Amino acid sequence: MNFLHNYIYYIGAFGLIFIGIFIIIVKRNYIKVIIGLSILETGVNLFLISVGYISNGTAPIFSKAGIDAKNMVDPVPQALVLTSIVIGLAVLSLALSLAIRLYKHYGTLNLQKIKEQKW
Amino acid sequence: MRKIIGIILLIIIAWGIITSLQKMPFGTSRAKVADHYINKGKEETGAANIVTSVVVSYRSFDTLGEVTILFLATIGLGVVLTTIKRKEDRDTEKASLILSTGCKFLFPLILLFGAYIFIYGHLTPGGGFQGGAIIASAFVLMYLGCYKEKRINETGSILSESLGGLVFVIIGLIGLAVGTHYFLNNFMPKGEFNTLLSAGIIPIIYIAIGFKVGSELSKIIDLLMEES
Repeated sequence: MNFLHNYIYYIGAFGLIFIGIFIIIVKRNYIKVIIGLSILETGVNLFLISVGYISNGTAPIFSKAGIDAKNMVDPVPQALVLTSIVIGLAVLSLALSLAIRLYKHYGTLNLQKIKEQKW
Repeated sequence: MRKIIGIILLIIIAWGIITSLQKMPFGTSRAKVADHYINKGKEETGAANIVTSVVVSYRSFDTLGEVTILFLATIGLGVVLTTIKRKEDRDTEKASLILSTGCKFLFPLILLFGAYIFIYGHLTPGGGFQGGAIIASAFVLMYLGCYKEKRINETGSILSESLGGLVFVIIGLIGLAVGTHYFLNNFMPKGEFNTLLSAGIIPIIYIAIGFKVGSELSKIIDLLMEES
């Protein structure tokens, strides 16, 4: 029980990562692969945020005068995840545009039916 | 077969991760760099939001790279999608009166909210990227509710995007020329802590990023809506 209490954030984050990897490996539809990529990215972001967490911590913002700096969570992973979300969005939109192009060219999104793409 | 191979692969990865995570303490201490940012960030950058001071002041060079990646993605999207011959107009049904009036009413309010998010980025949780995403969501609403009546103004979009990028780089270069000579040096007066006009160049850069990200994301939406 104590293990679950300590590591619940890691378990959740890696659960999402494994679901994402499994979808990417197993599914044959290109849109589903993109969905798996998106889930994988969410898991990685959650993992990075939970690495910087401090028990009973507050957000790293000095919004009022009497806020103690000791309890603030780590701001660096949060800044990095901000970067990662934006880049993930760029990757997602580019992948979707390639999906549109693939569908117009081959008439299917099934990766096994596309001749040049054997997997 | 693929499923079995996938599950075996995942079990191997999970075993490796579990053995390494057991050595990592959870929720106890911060890294040394984070301690410096939290204890000294208030005086060094003048921003109340430490995450903002990390993104725009300490690690602003990374942010420049990030903005460039978003820009490249937009260009790539344009290149991939516009080589397709454009289809004739689809038969779309006009949205009902309630929907089109509602989205016309909500559009300026959502733009205002996005502007608030990126102008107050150094005081509250928020910033240029978030504000830009909210502005792009206003354009999504417009496209869904009033398709074919309102489109993004191409010149305005390109202009605000280029201006945002230029302001970012030029302010960084001025920081290089003035004072302690490093890129994106915070050369402007810090002002009173925890007020709107504080933190030197941070709000200006975040406003520039807000305009850039907002116009880029709405351009992406415009391209995807046009082709689908």
